[in-house]
Parts: sequence; C-alpha cells; structure tokens
Amino acid sequence: MSLPITEITSNKSVFVDNDPQDELITLNLGPTHPATHGVFQNVLQIDGERIVSGVSTIGYIHRAFEKIAEHRPFYQITPLTDRLNYCSSPINNMGWHMTVEKLLRIEIPKRVQYMRVIVMELARIADHIICNGILGVDTGAFSGFLYVMQEREFIYEIFEEICGARLTTNIGRIGGFERDFNEIAFSKIEEFITRFPAVLTEFEELFVRNRIFIERTSGVAAVTPEEALSYSWSGPILRATGVDYDVRVVSPYCSYEEFDFEVPVGTNGDVYDRFLVRNEEMWQSMRIIRQALEKISKEPSGVFHADVPEFYLPPKEQVYTNMEALIYHFKIVMGEWETPQSEVYHAVEGGNGELGFYLIHDGGRTPYRLHFRRPSFINYQMFAPMSSGMLISDAIINMSSLNVIAGELDA
Amino acid sequence: MSNVKLGETPPGVEGAGFFATSLDKAVGLARANSLWPLPFATSCCGIEFMATMGSTYDLARFGAERPSFSPRQADMLLVMGTIAKKMAPVLKQVYIQMAEPRWVIAVGACASSGGIFDTYSVLQGIDEIIPVDVYVPGCPPRPEAILDGVLRLQDIVKSESLNRRNTPEYQALLEKYGIVTHNG
Amino acid sequence: MDNQSVLNRLKDKFGDQIQNPLEPHDLLTVETSVESIIDVLQFVKSDDLLQFSYLTDITAVHYPNQEKSFAVVYHVHNLYQNIRLRIKVYIDGQNPVIPTATVVWHGANWMERETYDFFGIIFEGHPDLRRILNMDDLGVFPMRKEYPLEDPNRVDKKDFYFGR
Repeated sequence: MSLPITEITSNKSVFVDNDPQDELITLNLGPTHPATHGVFQNVLQIDGERIVSGVSTIGYIHRAFEKIAEHRPFYQITPLTDRLNYCSSPINNMGWHMTVEKLLRIEIPKRVQYMRVIVMELARIADHIICNGILGVDTGAFSGFLYVMQEREFIYEIFEEICGARLTTNIGRIGGFERDFNEIAFSKIEEFITRFPAVLTEFEELFVRNRIFIERTSGVAAVTPEEALSYSWSGPILRATGVDYDVRVVSPYCSYEEFDFEVPVGTNGDVYDRFLVRNEEMWQSMRIIRQALEKISKEPSGVFHADVPEFYLPPKEQVYTNMEALIYHFKIVMGEWETPQSEVYHAVEGGNGELGFYLIHDGGRTPYRLHFRRPSFINYQMFAPMSSGMLISDAIINMSSLNVIAGELDA
Repeated sequence: MSNVKLGETPPGVEGAGFFATSLDKAVGLARANSLWPLPFATSCCGIEFMATMGSTYDLARFGAERPSFSPRQADMLLVMGTIAKKMAPVLKQVYIQMAEPRWVIAVGACASSGGIFDTYSVLQGIDEIIPVDVYVPGCPPRPEAILDGVLRLQDIVKSESLNRRNTPEYQALLEKYGIVTHNG
Repeated sequence: MDNQSVLNRLKDKFGDQIQNPLEPHDLLTVETSVESIIDVLQFVKSDDLLQFSYLTDITAVHYPNQEKSFAVVYHVHNLYQNIRLRIKVYIDGQNPVIPTATVVWHGANWMERETYDFFGIIFEGHPDLRRILNMDDLGVFPMRKEYPLEDPNRVDKKDFYFGR
C-alpha cells in the first residue's frame, strides 16, 4: 500500500503522518504462490504476520467438467474423473463406474470387487503420501518427502503394470476392468506391502515425536467437530476432529464390509492430528490390501469383469471376427443401449473425503446431469474464515494439511 | 574413473594451454547447463513434475537444480496443466516478469492445445498468449518425456545466437503477443 | 428408522408441502415448495427423530421444457443412522429465486455460490452471492442447457480449416 500523498502545495510533497504500524496490509497470496501448491488465491488483510481476514478466490483451473459430462457417453467420462483428484485418480474412476453400475443394477463379481479395493487403497496411500510429504516440506523437513516419494513411484509402477498409465490411470470399465492384473502386478503389490512398512515407519520416526514438527503443527488450526460438520467437512480432516465418518464403513461399497480395518480418529482437529490420521490410514490401507490379496487367491482366477456384454466393450480381436461382439461394440460406441431413466447418488471415500456422484439419467446417450460432490471444494471453503487470527506460516501448513487438490476444487 | 559426464566441448581451436571458440557457443554451453526452471504447475502435470524433480528421475542432473518460484530469477518457464481463461492474464504477467533470455516449455496436452478440455472456460493452448519454445505431448507426459523436453530446450539454448533477443524478428514476435520489452 | 418413517414424520409436520415421494435406488426423494424449503431443512436438521444434521450437497438441474424449469436439489445425511434424504424444489425459470440455506448450514455458502454461478439461481439472503468458478465477466450461466459446451468465439475450429 502506498503512502497517501496530499495535494502538492509547494514543490515538495507532503506526507501525511501515519504510523505505518497501525495500517493493515493487503497481501495477495496466490494464485501462483509457491507455498500454496496449486492455483489458489487468497487476498489477506494482515497485521504484521497475523491474518485479520481473508477472501478466497478459486476457479483458476475451472474446466467445466459437469458441462463436458453432459456431452459424453458414460465410458468417456472416466478420463474426466481421472483429472478431478489427480493424486488418487483410481478412486475417482471406481466411484464413477460404481455409480453407473448402481444405475444399471449390475452385479459385480467378488474378485473384481477385491481388485478394485486394492487399486483404491493403493491410490489412497499415494494421495496421503503427497499430503503428508508436502506437509513435511512446508514445516521445513524436506527429506521425509523424498523418502516417501520413492515409494509413491513404486505405486505408479504398479498402476503402470495394471493399466499402462501412471497418473491419470483411466483404470476400469463399466462392469470391471479392461484386463486382468498380470503376475508381475501381483508380485509388485506383494513387494510393495512388504517394503513400504519400513519406509513409513522411518517417515513416522522423523515426524511424529519430532519437537520442531509438533510445535509447528500441534494446536494449529484446531477445529471442533461441530464446526467441521456445519461446514460439511468429510474425510481425514473431519476424522481428525473426532467424528468417525468414513463412507467405507457407513455405506460400504465394493464389499468393504468384509474387511477388517479401523477408522482412525483424532481428538483436536489440528494439523498434527490430521497428519496422524492420514499416517494411520496408510497403515490401515496396507491391512486392507493384504486381506484383499488373500481373498482374491480364494476366488476363481481370470474373472475381471461382470458378464454384461451390452455395456462392457468386447475385446477388439473378437470385434473383427465375431458377429455378436461386433453388434455389441457398435451399440456401445453409438450409444444405442437401453438404460433406465433414473437418478442415483453414489459416494465413495476419496482421498480427501466423501466423493459423491449425483447422476440424473434420462435414458439417452449421455447423462442428463452429472454433479460431482467434490470434497476439496467443500472442505476448502472454511479456509478463509478459519485463517483469521492465524499467523501466515500457520495458514500455509493449514492449507497443505487440508490437501486441497486444484483439479477437484475447481472441477 | 569418475562417472561424471562432462558437457560436450563446442567446436573450436585447441592447442597447448589454450582453447578458443566463439563467445556464442561458450555462453550457450553455460546457459544450457544451468537452466533455472520456474514450475508454473496448475494441475495433473504438476504432479508428474514433482516426480521429475524427485529422486527417481532427478531433473537436477541436467543443471536445473534450483526450481525458482520467482519469475525474476528463472530462465525456463514450465507451464504444466490446464490454463483456464481466468488464469491466462496471470500466466502472461509471470512471463513478462521474467528476465531475458527466457524460454517456455508447454508441458502436456492442456498447456499445448487445451487437451481434452475443449470448453468455454479453458484457454486452447498457451501459445495464444505467450511464445512457446518446446511442446511436450502427453496427458500427462511421463517424467522421461518432461526430461526430454528439457533436453530439447537445451539444444535450442546451445544454438541460440547471442543477438537473437535484440533482433527485429524477435521484437516482432513479442509484439504479436502484445508484450512490450524495454531492452530492445 | 427407514424411509417410510422418515416420510411419515415429514408428512405429519408439513402435510401437503411434501409431495411426490419417490425412492430411486433406495434414496428417499421428496419435493417441496420454495416457501417451505427452509422450514423443511431446519426441521430435518433439528428434529430429534430425523437428525439429518449433515448437508452433503446442493446443486441444481435445468429442465428447459418445463414451466418450472429449475430443480434445486439438496442432499442431507443422517450420520447417526446412516440415512440419506434428497429434497427437491422446482422453481420458476423466469425468476429463479429461492431462500438461502446458509442460515441452516455454513457449508451451504459455496455450494449455493456454485449453483448461482452455473445456473443463475438467486439464493435470497445469501451473504456473498458472487460467481465462484467462472470469470466475473462471463455474462452467461453456462450450465443452462441452451449454452454450448465449446467456446463459440473460437477461430481455429471453423469448417474452412477442415475442408468442409
């Protein structure tokens, strides 16, 4: 803010005698600020280092997902869901496919459900690694990030083995998977769950009882459960406040009810608790993956999709040789499938919370309306109100512990 | 024997105790191997850039050790991710704030052409607002592809003449984008 | 508690104001009117039996061929007994105005701003009803069905370039 200059009366400008310490400063944090890990703009009124008030501006990568979805058939919406929360795309993919399967009332074989569980839990670990690793970077501990990022690369290798892509995986089809997990994929998953515990333990040792880390995070941005619920929070940050709401448990999908795992909750709802909750969730995800591998081994091998030829694209080599396959292929691609007129809401536990798909279908080729309930969008709206009174440095680590993903925020 | 690989010596005249080459080439060599990136990451490709900077792929091997988040101290603007029309003026501002010589890599389909987001809110390629030197395809590109893009840019930097930034052609290019420079 | 008892409880309280109960995919869906929506939301949130204390989502749907061409859809959730409820309000397309739910939940703030941004639905009494995702000078409400997906001002997609 420039100093106010009164009208020049002589040839020397006259400054009004303002004590600069009385003035609030407007600080424009973002949209390209390095500490915000994404395109978020916050215009803050600050008094020294303390934030007095703030206004969040979002929409800097608004890509009109919901409008595109109205123009795409179901199977072409999967690439869009990839790019919502790109840190854990497979969860988004699976959530979308389950929504469609719920609409079409398709029964999914158990083996496919367990495969989905594995993929989703790997994605959850990858998501939490990013969040907690970056939280470490923001509190000044860079090396923890490098250790866990190595393992994240390994998760990418598994995804690559499963579907060929690393980040925007486009895993899955309506009814199951495009192909079976191969032997290498299974052995890599095994390898991951044997080697990751050591790395995660080391990561936790670096942080959990580290005095600097605790003093930086403990008590920062503490949120009560009542506040969190009135702002419709969900996911790890809600659980850190002590509310044990996890979609996997309250409305199980993909046979989550068969798995034995715990839902970690915090007590203070501060940044430290969120960190602990995410770490513990990674441990629980490992438990789930281990159980899922066991369950898969008991299922008949080779089953990787439901038997729904009218919605599941036949293998390409059959399309050229088999009449029936050609007909189904044509019908699916041209959108001449019989779908019910209905509306369905399906929610999955995404990396950041309840990821909901509200689909209204009029029986046409494309959804009539598809709305994404995006946890980042809903969680982030409390950021500006809760920042007032905080130090800037605390607001930054608060933001990284909210794990707001720009793609999911702006859709 | 050390496994450190030295940069290739530019062609020149060599003799006992001296080596002569043109200034262009010496400067190009130095510039190319010390490009400071400004990661302008907005979405998915930014996560792949994180992997590129991370230990497995390690962009620092190619002289880009220091990601600069201030445009003033950066040479190489890496635009990663969808640029919405709301973001476009910000990107242009960042480009203008960079000091010459400056290079731009459009990483990924969105930055190059808008990608799958052919919608009312997305800029259809950053080359509508700033000049681009290297395009990296992919949605998102693998870290190897991003590295390759940086290497291709190094080739450009090595062969760039010292005068280029002062030529009328270059001024005309910037003017086409409505960017006014003061060093011309 | 099941869907039927939720519906009975609502009908006892609001009578004719609760219409068209449906259960698509086991999710109880009811319709109500602009006049009573806030009362309904207050009631389902604070009633000792219903306890729909968690607002999951607010969004809207555009039906250009209907007279009441916008549906505002509220999803609420009873976390204690895990029951979801969908409440719809159909409003006039010419004058889409509905009272704000921010008086019931803080979290409704951005959801309503997003709905305003996309559909142009005015939430009366909203503390800060501005565009949130789109640019302020966009001028249209892009999720309405009459607006195209692609930018109509594009020059590089003319038929001419494709030999058409």
